[in-house]
Amino acid sequence: MSAEALGWWGVPLAIAAGTLRGSAPFLFVSLGECITEKSGKINLGLEGTLLTGAMTAYAISYLTGSPWLGVLVAGIAGMLLGLIHGWLSQQPRVNDIAVGIAMIIFGSGIAFFFGKPFIQPSAPQLPTIDLGAWSSLPQIQSALKISPLFLIGVIIAPLMHWFFKSTRWGLFIRAVGDSPDAAKAMGISIFKVRMLSIVAGSFLAGIGGAYLSLYYPGSWNERISSGQGLMAVALVIFARWNPIQCLYASLLFGGAQAIGPALQSVGVNSHYYLWNASPYILTLAIMVITCSPKRTLTGAPGALGTNS
Amino acid sequence: MINRHNWRGTLEAVCIPIAALLCSLIAFGIFCALAGANPFGVYGSIYKAAFGNWYSFQNTLIRAAPLMLSALCTALPARLGLVIIGNEGALVIGGIGAVAAGLALSSAPATIVQMGMALAGMICGGLWIGAVGALRHYRAVNETISSLLLNYIAIALLNHLVGGPMRDPSSLNKPSSYPIAEVNMLGTIPGTRVHYGLIYGLIACAIAYFLIQRTTFGFAARTAGGNIRAARIAGLPVGKLTMAICFLAGSCAGLAGMVEVAAVHGRANESLNANYGYSGILVAFIARHNPLAATLVAILLGGILASGGILQRAHGLPDATVLVFQGLVFLVVLYSESLYGRLAIFKEGIGKKGQGTGPDSLPPIPNPQAPIPS
Repeated sequence: MSAEALGWWGVPLAIAAGTLRGSAPFLFVSLGECITEKSGKINLGLEGTLLTGAMTAYAISYLTGSPWLGVLVAGIAGMLLGLIHGWLSQQPRVNDIAVGIAMIIFGSGIAFFFGKPFIQPSAPQLPTIDLGAWSSLPQIQSALKISPLFLIGVIIAPLMHWFFKSTRWGLFIRAVGDSPDAAKAMGISIFKVRMLSIVAGSFLAGIGGAYLSLYYPGSWNERISSGQGLMAVALVIFARWNPIQCLYASLLFGGAQAIGPALQSVGVNSHYYLWNASPYILTLAIMVITCSPKRTLTGAPGALGTNS
Repeated sequence: MINRHNWRGTLEAVCIPIAALLCSLIAFGIFCALAGANPFGVYGSIYKAAFGNWYSFQNTLIRAAPLMLSALCTALPARLGLVIIGNEGALVIGGIGAVAAGLALSSAPATIVQMGMALAGMICGGLWIGAVGALRHYRAVNETISSLLLNYIAIALLNHLVGGPMRDPSSLNKPSSYPIAEVNMLGTIPGTRVHYGLIYGLIACAIAYFLIQRTTFGFAARTAGGNIRAARIAGLPVGKLTMAICFLAGSCAGLAGMVEVAAVHGRANESLNANYGYSGILVAFIARHNPLAATLVAILLGGILASGGILQRAHGLPDATVLVFQGLVFLVVLYSESLYGRLAIFKEGIGKKGQGTGPDSLPPIPNPQAPIPS
């Protein structure tokens, strides 16, 4: 059957397929941002981390032929950027948002610089899990192709929730994020905890980048991330700093991102660019609705953005 | 103002940024060496391409004009403690507004058309960032993130308009709006290739400096930026100040868009989205949000941007090298912020520490207002 045979039913199907494919980067980046913000710092530079991760994963996969090694190295590359952010954003009088902007420029510069030779060649891609083998419709078969990385992300979300709630280290991170003074009184090293949280978060963001270049859209070029790393910050606010809600929020954003291409696939080309802007518009709308000058958002780490 | 501050503080405010720039030059040199290029050759090329002769210096000045204007979009709100990075979006929207005005007024005398374009660009950009200020005040939406999201929305709007409603059918490969008539474009300063946008930039920076340092309005803004609670108690209209400053900031970036449209491209298309916005943020930070310093920094950075092509041709370095350079400079400059008041040589005896309060230095960037989720 061809795409036309499905008619308008192709739109929800394409959105669903796009959600399953496109939400994983949001998921990894937002989980990374979640652990960072729980410790009381904001990492706006995850956009640069995402790009660097995408480039490294693609390059390593191309050079070694092993996409999974690419994923790992992407995470490590993310950690290196996280080290810079973690150290610099904790210096006195240095604002973490400004460091984030600098890290976006630096990270994307590094990614484009070293990624230049890898724009043309095609690297081995990650394998997929075909959940749609039962169907005879090729659209459904391709819609239900899921990357194992996405499943890993789905598993990490509840694990992280458990980690924050029930482990000693989770408590440390929450204490440092909520009340650095109390944490200091408990004898916790604020610098170390924040550094580890930022590095761990950057590791996840690097893996999110690997997903971009090794699975969907599955190539490396300079326009691959289009602000997904930045939306993570808004996404975490929307998810109320709860890893499980990060999963739902990522699915929503992945779906919003898929509307434009889905409409285009059935021949609706008008307002294509505006539809493509829908994740940004959605993010802004969510922030306008959920923020309020009167109260602190529930779930927000107490020391977030206060430079303490 | 040197007499009112101790000279060590002034020395510190001059030495630290210069030392930071030198350190980032060294770091970038090491990076180039690791990438297999001769750092001295690279710097030689940058210098030659940016400031080497009158021809290339004019290129630099052409690029510096939109940078100055877009830097004000970050520098002005910083006085209030706001970190706004929507320069690119405001620039794009200003460009769209300017083209619309230029086309609508096309039969009027050239001076009127140019004034109309400038006004439209400023109003469009101003409303764009003004909305960020309003969201900040009424909904406590973090201004950094909302302005950043608006960048993407503005670019989508530009693509939509030049690809659809405003499209000139004769622009085949690169969808563009209808062009502005040649007579209505901003000319070049006599005897040079540099367009009048540079004058716009210099005047805007001078006005911004005067406004911030020498008027009650600027004093109120700086007070609110220093301590918002004190400002509220003193009865300052913090909300109105926020929105007014954001409007002014946005109109500067919008004017940058108008300059790009009316002096360089002659029409609106995706060339508007040339990262002047993001480089403007860097200019504002290096200049420590001082509008006068921003003019010099913009010329310096304009030179670096102008040398992107030659790095590619002469040294085989990718065009992203300039981006790495910018990132390194930004990181080192941010680190240098933490050195104010910490270095023994700038301290004056016991008790009074040189806190980096040079004549025009800022309250520390940390946002004194509510955090992201206020």
